[in-house]
Order: sequence, then C-alpha cells, then structure tokens
Amino acid sequence: MALSTLILLLLVLTVAAYLYARRRSLQTVGGWRNVSQLHSLPAHYGALAAIWCVVPALVLLVLWGVLEGPLIDRHVAAQLDPAAVEGANINLILNQAQNLVQSGRIESETDPVLQGLASQYQQLQAQSTSLRSLLAIALAVIGTAYACSRITKTLRARVRVERFMLGVLATSASVAILTTLGIVLSVLFEALQFFREIPPTDFLFGTVWSPQTAIRADQVGATGSFGAIPLFVGTLLISAIALTVAVPIGLMSAIYLSEYAHANVRSVAKPVMEVLAGIPTVVYGFFAVLTVAPALRRFGESIGLSVASESALAAGLVMGIMIIPFVSSLSDDVIKAVPQALRDGSFGLGATKSETIRHVVIPAALPGIVGSILLAASRAIGETMIVVMAAGLSANLTINPLEAVTTVTVQIVTLLTGDQEFDSAKTLAAFALGLMLFCTTLVLNVIALHVVRKYREQYE
Amino acid sequence: MTQTTETVRASLAKRYARERRFHMMGLLSVMASGAFLVLLLGNIVTKALPAFTTTYVKLDVPLMPDVLRLDDNPDADAIAKARYNRAVRQGLLDLFPEVSSRSEKRALYQLVSAEAEFTVAEAVAGDPELIGTRHSLWVLADDDLDTYRKSKKLQAVPESDRRFKDFQVAWLDELKAQERIKTTFNWVLFQNGDSREPELAGVRGALVGSFYTLIVTLALSFPIGVAAAIYLESFATRNRFTDLIEVNINNLAAVPSIVFGLLGVAVFINFLHLPRSAPLVGGIVLSLMTLPTIIIASRAAIKSVPPSIADAALGLGASRMQAITHHVLPLAMPGILTGTIIGMAQALGETAPLLMIGMVAFIVDVPQGITDPATVLPVQVYLWSDSPERAFTERTSAAIVVLLVFLVLMNAFAVYLRKRFERSW
Repeated sequence: MALSTLILLLLVLTVAAYLYARRRSLQTVGGWRNVSQLHSLPAHYGALAAIWCVVPALVLLVLWGVLEGPLIDRHVAAQLDPAAVEGANINLILNQAQNLVQSGRIESETDPVLQGLASQYQQLQAQSTSLRSLLAIALAVIGTAYACSRITKTLRARVRVERFMLGVLATSASVAILTTLGIVLSVLFEALQFFREIPPTDFLFGTVWSPQTAIRADQVGATGSFGAIPLFVGTLLISAIALTVAVPIGLMSAIYLSEYAHANVRSVAKPVMEVLAGIPTVVYGFFAVLTVAPALRRFGESIGLSVASESALAAGLVMGIMIIPFVSSLSDDVIKAVPQALRDGSFGLGATKSETIRHVVIPAALPGIVGSILLAASRAIGETMIVVMAAGLSANLTINPLEAVTTVTVQIVTLLTGDQEFDSAKTLAAFALGLMLFCTTLVLNVIALHVVRKYREQYE
Repeated sequence: MTQTTETVRASLAKRYARERRFHMMGLLSVMASGAFLVLLLGNIVTKALPAFTTTYVKLDVPLMPDVLRLDDNPDADAIAKARYNRAVRQGLLDLFPEVSSRSEKRALYQLVSAEAEFTVAEAVAGDPELIGTRHSLWVLADDDLDTYRKSKKLQAVPESDRRFKDFQVAWLDELKAQERIKTTFNWVLFQNGDSREPELAGVRGALVGSFYTLIVTLALSFPIGVAAAIYLESFATRNRFTDLIEVNINNLAAVPSIVFGLLGVAVFINFLHLPRSAPLVGGIVLSLMTLPTIIIASRAAIKSVPPSIADAALGLGASRMQAITHHVLPLAMPGILTGTIIGMAQALGETAPLLMIGMVAFIVDVPQGITDPATVLPVQVYLWSDSPERAFTERTSAAIVVLLVFLVLMNAFAVYLRKRFERSW
C-alpha cells in the first residue's frame, strides 16, 4: 500500500474513531438528555479516541521511515558473500543495486551479483511496505479500542485532550529553538571537518583565496588556498559603501518624517519606504547589474577613471538603497519614543527646531539609532543576491571601491551551487564561511537588540 | 538692549538659514527614496514591456509528400515523424528564391523559431488532409528578428554591433511589405517552462514551482507559527525555557537567509536525503525562515484581544483551552492572517537559500508535484539575468514584473484584511 493511501486510510479511521467514541460516550449515560452526567463533552471523548487512533500510527510511520533504509542495507550486506565482491566498496555496490531497483530493469542487468542483490532489495522493500501498512492499521485499531474501552461517565477526557493539545503547542513553540540548534550544529559540524583539513589560522589570516581543489588525488591542479581575508575585506568594503548611502539618507528621512512632515506626507512616504523594503533582493541585483554598473562605468570613463564592470561601488550603492528602510523605520521608532518634554524644554530656551533635533533629540535617541545602524549592518553583511549578481568572483584584496571584490556570501553560493562533494574542502569551506557569517550577524543582532531594549526601558 | 540680545539677534539670520537647510535635507532624503523607487520600477517596467509582445511570421508551408519525405499512403505514425523542418525551410526558400549561398540559407532558416516545425506538425496532426497542399500558417519568429523589430534603439545601431544584419533586415522589410509579420500578446511567456531559446522561454514552470513551494511553506509555518504564538501568549509562564524561545525567535528573524540555505543543504539534503531541487525542501527551508514573522504577528494579534473576552468565557465555565480556541483565536484571526500573508510575500521573493538546495537547475518541464525538480520565480529571474541575449534581458524584466504583481496582490490583500476585519476595542 502506498504511503499516501495509507495516510488517507488512517485519516478515515480517525474520523470513524471520533464518531464512534462520541456515540459511545452518549450511550453510557443514555442519550443527550443526561449528557450533564458525563465529565466532559461527547466531542472530547471523540477527540481522545481520535488521538489514540492516529498518533501511535503516525509515530510508527516516522520511525519506520527513518529506520527502514539502514536496516534493509544491513540485512542485505550481511548476506552478501565477501568473496563475490573481492574488496570492492560494499556501499557502492549496495547503491548500484538500489538504483537498479528504482530503474525497474533488474532482468536486463548482466552482473549476476548485482542482479541478486537488487532482487533481494526489491523483495525486502515489498515486505517492509506491507508490514508497515499492517502494523500501522493494527496500531490505529488497537489504540481506538483501548480508548473506547475506557469510556465511562467519570473519564476526564477533556483534561487529557487539553493536556495533549498543550503538548502540541509547546512543541511548536520549541521549533524556534530546534531551528537555531539545527543551524548551529550543521554549520559547526561541517566547519569543524573543514578545520581538520585547513588550520583555522590559515583560514582566518591567509590572504589568498582560491578554493579550486583537485577532487581526485591523482588529478593535476591547484591544491587550493583558503585564506579568507580578501573575502572579509570585500564584505566590509561593500557593507561600508552601503551604510555610507543608507545611514545619512535613512536617518534624515526618519528625522524629517517624525519631526517635520505633515500627516499627509507621512501617509505617502511611509508606504513608499515599506515598498522599498518589500522588493525582492534579486530585483535589486538585476537593477545593479543592468543599470547602475554600466552607468558608473560610463561615468568613470568620462572622467578618466577605469571602473571594473563588477565594481564594489555598484553593488554597495544598490545595497545602500535596499537598507534605507531598515535604518529609517527603526530610527523613526526611537525618535518618536523621545519624550515630548525634552523637546519642549529646548524650545522654551529659544532653540530652533533643527537645533533641538541636533542637540537634544538625537543625543537622547542615540543608543536606539546606533542599534538600528547595527541591524542595518548585519543586513548588509548577510545580504546575498545583490552581491552574487553585481559583485565579482575574483578575491582581490583591495579597498578600492572601483575594483571588483568578492564577499563571504558570494563565495558560499558559488561553492555550494553545482556538484557537491561533502568530503572535499571546497564544499566544507562554504560551511566555515557560513559559521563566520552566522557568528558575526548574531553578535551584531544581540548587541543591537540589547541596546534598543535598554533604551526603550529608559523612557518607559 | 542688552548685549546678549544683540548677539542673539545678530546670529538669528544664520540660525534660520541653518534651520531651512536642515529641513531641506530631510525633505531631500525622503524624496531620494521615492526617486529610487520610481527609477527602479520605471527602469524595469520599460525594459519588460517589449517582452509582453511577440512576433509571428506567416509562411506558406508546402506540405508535399516529397518535401516531408512521406510515402504515398502514410500511416499516423509516419505522419507524426515526418520531416516538418524541411517544409518550414522550403516555405522560407519559396519566399526568397534568390537566396543561394549556404551561409545565407542558414541565416534565412533562422528567421523563424525552432518551434515552427512543431507548429506545422500540430496543424497536420489536427487535419491530415493538409498533406499535399500548400498551407498558410503563422509561426513564431526568432528572437533576433523579434528584438530588432521592437527596438528603435537597436535599429539605429551600426550593422557590426548587432546580431541582426542588414541583409536580414531587407528580408524583414520584404516580409512586412507582404503583410507576413504580425505582433501579438506573448502568451508563450505564460504557457512555457524555461528554454534556451528566448522566444520560447516562459515563466509557467517557475510560477507553478513557486506555487508548490508556497503551499508547503504555508502548510508548515501557519499551524506551527499560530500554535507557538498561542503557547507563548496564553499558556507559557515566564521561565528560562520561554525566555530562550523568545531570544531564539528574535534572533532567527535577523539571521541572513543564506544561513537557512546552509541548514537546508546539511540537514534536509545531506542528512535526511530529501530530493534536491524539490519544492518540498524549498518549502521547509522557507517555512523555517517565515516562522518568526508569523509568530511575532500572531502574538501581537492575540495580545490585542482584550482579556475580558477570555475572562468572560472562563467565568461561564470554559476551560482555558476552550476560551482561547473558541473566543480569542477567532477574534485574533484577521491579524494572524495579515501577518501570514506578509510572511508568504517575503517567502515568495526569497532567492538565496533556494540556490543552495539546488533549485537553480535548468528545468524545462512544469513540475507536477512537490517532489519534482522545480525552480521558483525569483530564481528564474536570477537564471535569466545571466543570459547574454537581449531578449532574455527583456524576459528577466517581465518575470520581475510578474513577481512584483503577485507581491502587490498579496500585500494589498493583507491591507484589505487589516482594514476590513481588524477592530479596535
């Protein structure tokens, strides 16, 4: 029985269990007239039976899905005659046999060993599938029967059902923790493997980045060099350009919108900023490549400068536009949180509006503004699509914004798209870079959130 | 008048000028953002416009058995396998009998798309009686012809700088004179999957891929996000565990999207062996990314329902769970749905993590399910933007316009929901 049919059948059984247990609970007291004698509503009894029906069966299916492959592999491998394979890689042979099963051409295979293995696989998989269906349905029926057999007037069905629901809610809430854990573990694990091959000092302080390694040992080619300094410098250069654009414009917009602008202007300008923030980054990337970069190049030629076609400047400028809304909306919030009394005091002393803003409001809001800039910086460092499309691939160690540089995110994308070999330093390097990226942005975010929260508390 | 007053009076003009300058700077900053937006959208829409029309050429295709290499009494199988490309070529040669050299012939054949022979084959399959006659048929033009026709700028470029040479332009003028050229809306763009030929490339595969990916994302992130929000807002007592969850949610909202891609590769593809390039994995990764958005929005919505409503339910004997699920949740639903749609819109525009899990493959077929290899709209934009052909630049812009239209629709729906159903207490 196919998995989808089985799940459909289980759902039907669940509904049946619900309806049956509901009726049964009513029968124990003799119909709706005496329903108040029941501890819980009939629907609660139904739900309890439904839970007992579907949950054990689903747990079984998940366990089966995880354990089925390895167990069958081990069984087949145990029966394999060692003499027949003669030192060849057993895993490789098993893989070939599995592919054979999937392609459905077992009869036409010429190698008798492989053919035997494949038919063994096929047989075992068929057995496993029918056993799975049988066990799942049996569990569902037994669960329902158990729940129904316990239905009495005094069974605290509602309490049990609600306890189960609470468990589901708490599990959902902890998905956030699991995700973080998953990120940390997966990135850390692969990065550690990378550092086993390349010493961390070479990675952190090396100045040459050329990740092309020979995939086979006998291949001619570079051994690869994984000095990440050019990437860090490139990332910082582009982020610095972006912040140079975004911070003044974003901050001034926030000041204007919260202090000067008429409500009508605000109601137009705010959505415009939001739209700017909602445009997918791939669109910005396309804009950078197709419009900004050629324009910069032509402009550079006209004043006698040579601008690389994938210059850091183009990517940085467009990224700056993208993060304007992040700076402005957060700064807007913190500027608004500054108490009116401070402004009034300043006006009372005869200061103009701009003097009040520069000498009173901004200093008072400074921690929050710094927080918003840090968040924008973390955005800029982690931004991927704009730099993948508009910045280069060559790892130049330079701080000249007119040249092409590459960034951490660009390298992660280039290393991981295409063929992946999870035991080559080239692929693993992406995870080491990812670890650096994750840690940097995490630190920036934590500091920023902390600063902003501290600041809010100060005026509340 | 005291000396202080005089000093103040003297500096007033300067201070007011400074005030005006500051005011102007603020206004300019706001206008700069607006100008960027107009520039960006205007630039892309003008680039995209040509891609929404396409050119057809009318050919008189000779469907003679000798041209098609058919016997006298061909069966259906033979008709399906007939050499329709020869018919198309002969049709072109008949229009321009003076063409003789090999290279010129090749250029002539390239006036129409590679799709032309299939158009002819379809016509014949629909009506086998056509064999032996000369049949007039509109076939898709090649992208070089199409781009040249639509671009005034390209027509002004010297011959050496364009792919469409002057002798081809002469053919085009001749075809125009014979009224064998027409422009129609580019349905191909919405009917086809990806293709190496610009005139045949469409966004349908990417649209369907995006749809499946978003379905998976929604199916995972909505229930989990709402359940997590209910737990944190209504049940959780403040302790280490819930603090940890809150910190994690806030941090996940700011983790770069590419890191989620790394998680996807390492866990779902390398460890759990889920299929590469599939909307299933893409949807899982995107749902982990959108979870913080949905949880934060749902918590705000639940919080905004006044506690008196839950209290009234509790007072009438409802359990806590009943008070929440029967009363608080329905009232919070508009806010929750608004947050969910905004999260989905973010997921629709996301590219970077999907590159990692292999949704960048060149896929011609429209995916049939969540485990088929697929690509999504923003990744399609990324893929096409790499192609050098001018026609692909136009199509990239067109794909961006389609993407933006969907984003606008989703956000407009979210705004509508908020305006229509959200109530203040």
